[in-house]
Amino acid sequence: MNTLTDKHLELTQVGIEFPTPKGPFCALKEVNLKIAKGEFISLIGHSGCGKSTVLNIVAGLHQATQGGVLLDNKEVNQPGPERAVVFQNHSLLPWLTAYQNVELAVKQVFQGKMNKAEMKDWINHNLELVHMTHAADKRPDEISGGMKQRVGIARALAMQPKILLMDEPFGALDALTRAHLQDSLMEIHADLGNTVIMITHDVDEAVLLSDRIVMMTNGPSATVGEILNVDLARPRDRLALADQPEYNHYRHQVLKFLYEKQRKIEPVSAKKKSQLKSGDNQVA
Amino acid sequence: MLKTANLSKVTVLEIKTAVNTDFAKKINNLLLLPLIGLAVFMFLWHVAAKNIDTSLGQFPGPAQVLEQAHTLVDAHFVEREKADAFYLRQEERNAARLAQDPTYEAKIRPYTGKPTFFDQIWTSLYTVMVGFIIASLIAVPLGILCGLSQPAYAAINPLIQLFKPVSPLAWLPLVTMVVSALYVSDDPLFSKSFLTSAFTVSLCCLWPTLVNTAVGVSGINQDLLNVSKVLTLSKWSHIRKIVLPSSIPMIFTGLRLSLGIGWMVLIAAEMLAQNPGLGKFVWDEFQNGSSDSLARIMVAVLVIGMIGFILDRLMLTIQGYVSWDKSAVLR
Ligand SMILES: Nc1ncnc2c1ncn2[C@@H]1O[C@H](COP(=O)(O)OP(=O)(O)OP(=O)(O)O)[C@@H](O)[C@H]1O
Ligand SMILES: [Mg+2]
Repeated sequence: MNTLTDKHLELTQVGIEFPTPKGPFCALKEVNLKIAKGEFISLIGHSGCGKSTVLNIVAGLHQATQGGVLLDNKEVNQPGPERAVVFQNHSLLPWLTAYQNVELAVKQVFQGKMNKAEMKDWINHNLELVHMTHAADKRPDEISGGMKQRVGIARALAMQPKILLMDEPFGALDALTRAHLQDSLMEIHADLGNTVIMITHDVDEAVLLSDRIVMMTNGPSATVGEILNVDLARPRDRLALADQPEYNHYRHQVLKFLYEKQRKIEPVSAKKKSQLKSGDNQVA
Repeated sequence: MLKTANLSKVTVLEIKTAVNTDFAKKINNLLLLPLIGLAVFMFLWHVAAKNIDTSLGQFPGPAQVLEQAHTLVDAHFVEREKADAFYLRQEERNAARLAQDPTYEAKIRPYTGKPTFFDQIWTSLYTVMVGFIIASLIAVPLGILCGLSQPAYAAINPLIQLFKPVSPLAWLPLVTMVVSALYVSDDPLFSKSFLTSAFTVSLCCLWPTLVNTAVGVSGINQDLLNVSKVLTLSKWSHIRKIVLPSSIPMIFTGLRLSLGIGWMVLIAAEMLAQNPGLGKFVWDEFQNGSSDSLARIMVAVLVIGMIGFILDRLMLTIQGYVSWDKSAVLR
């Protein structure tokens, strides 16, 4: 599935410099990545290393200053619905109900290709995928954080994107809800076979969900440090995996990269925090 | 068992009293305290009025003002009857002429009595609304443009800063002259005085709406802007689906400020330019200088305040209908 010759999305020598008052800031340098169709990729790395920036470049929200991104051999230089984004903080329009939020995307993407009834079915189908049919008519302020995130995913899926980009989609959720949504996401990925790039801070999440884990070095001038192939059979079950030595081996590899090879040099106060969190398998 | 029953009884009682005190608080805040405030004000007014002697006699207290309010209402109805009688006579006369001479073309001459207090209220209301609507139709789109486009903002901002602090009364002579020069028509749809007042109001209503709209639009959440970009919404749907709903609260803040300013400006402009309306009523009474004048002016002052308040509530109600965030506390 993930042979490197099979290229669907291709990042070549991608680099970006942000203009700042203190002169240009080189956030990314020489990022190379080839992603096959249907692959599930996780991006992991310390905070501020440039994960969101990579995702935003693929989404077209940022422009790479060096190199470029090819999707199916076409250059990516502006945002588009074939690269749907699930944002970290759901980003639902607060004045629209869950249904209407998905509808906005569906109308935009399928205008002229679907009639009204088909659109309605398609919207409901996508809400069903994330188990949100019961709250379709509620507005974002009337539903929980996890539910909002699910609607955000439904909205992205409803665009039938070639690539699903997720920026820490479950970062703000409690562990139980997160586990639940991870299972839903695995199901959906198995059903639809989308290509997914997901940013995460959670090592377990990365190993559980991904085909490959892309580990990034610390910034500035961050780049791809190592890529870990996760050859665990699907469907994966979190309970069964917990006892498998391979699973723990992969986890260990990621942790080793993060805490030995890319150990962050931080001031003491910040270090304390990161140590506290690392007990939780979270990268601070 | 018994114990728990007792316990639940106690809690129920507590809840009840809690509800009761809550209710009492509401009554207090909504009715009792405002009434007390009003009563104290009336008393102080009454006492103070007795001790102020002006060249037009004693300063009017609440009682005299109420009496003059009655007189103004009565005068209005008397004037209306006169007008009706005038038109009736005219019709009869025309009918008689027509019976004598079938080729006679009936002419209806309008009644030209003195405008009553209520006519003046209506004129002022109408003028302020027209001025306000003209201003809003310009300010909201311009504000959206400024909020969306940095270059547009950079171009317009100096003008806003320059004209925002200008007193409306400085505009008045200019507006008067421009209207007289440009609005020449044999059969004028609007009177010049009306246009002058309305445009002066517009010039002052523009700025708060413009500034608040621009601030609201430029402050839209970056995430929502990204959603719009990923969906590749067209400029127009972007404005309709994202920009307008999220900046509605700020737009309305601006509109309410504008309407408040417009109403104050109008009264002053009417006084200064002798244009029909409540301002002219006040000025005429002042010039008139009868013993009732001060009481009548006081009636006008109270009515002006009341109308200002009602206009603000009206905007708030509209905002409640238009805004998606029904839970927001509207003040
Ligand atoms: N618009 C910008 N202008 C200037 N610098 C920026 C901009 N966006 C990001 N950066 C810088 O680029 C670096 C990478 O930021 P990015 O948001 O991609 O980090 P991240 O890996 O997503 O972090 P986190 O895990 O905390 O979300 C940071 O040092 C940040 O300060
Ligand atoms: Mg980020």
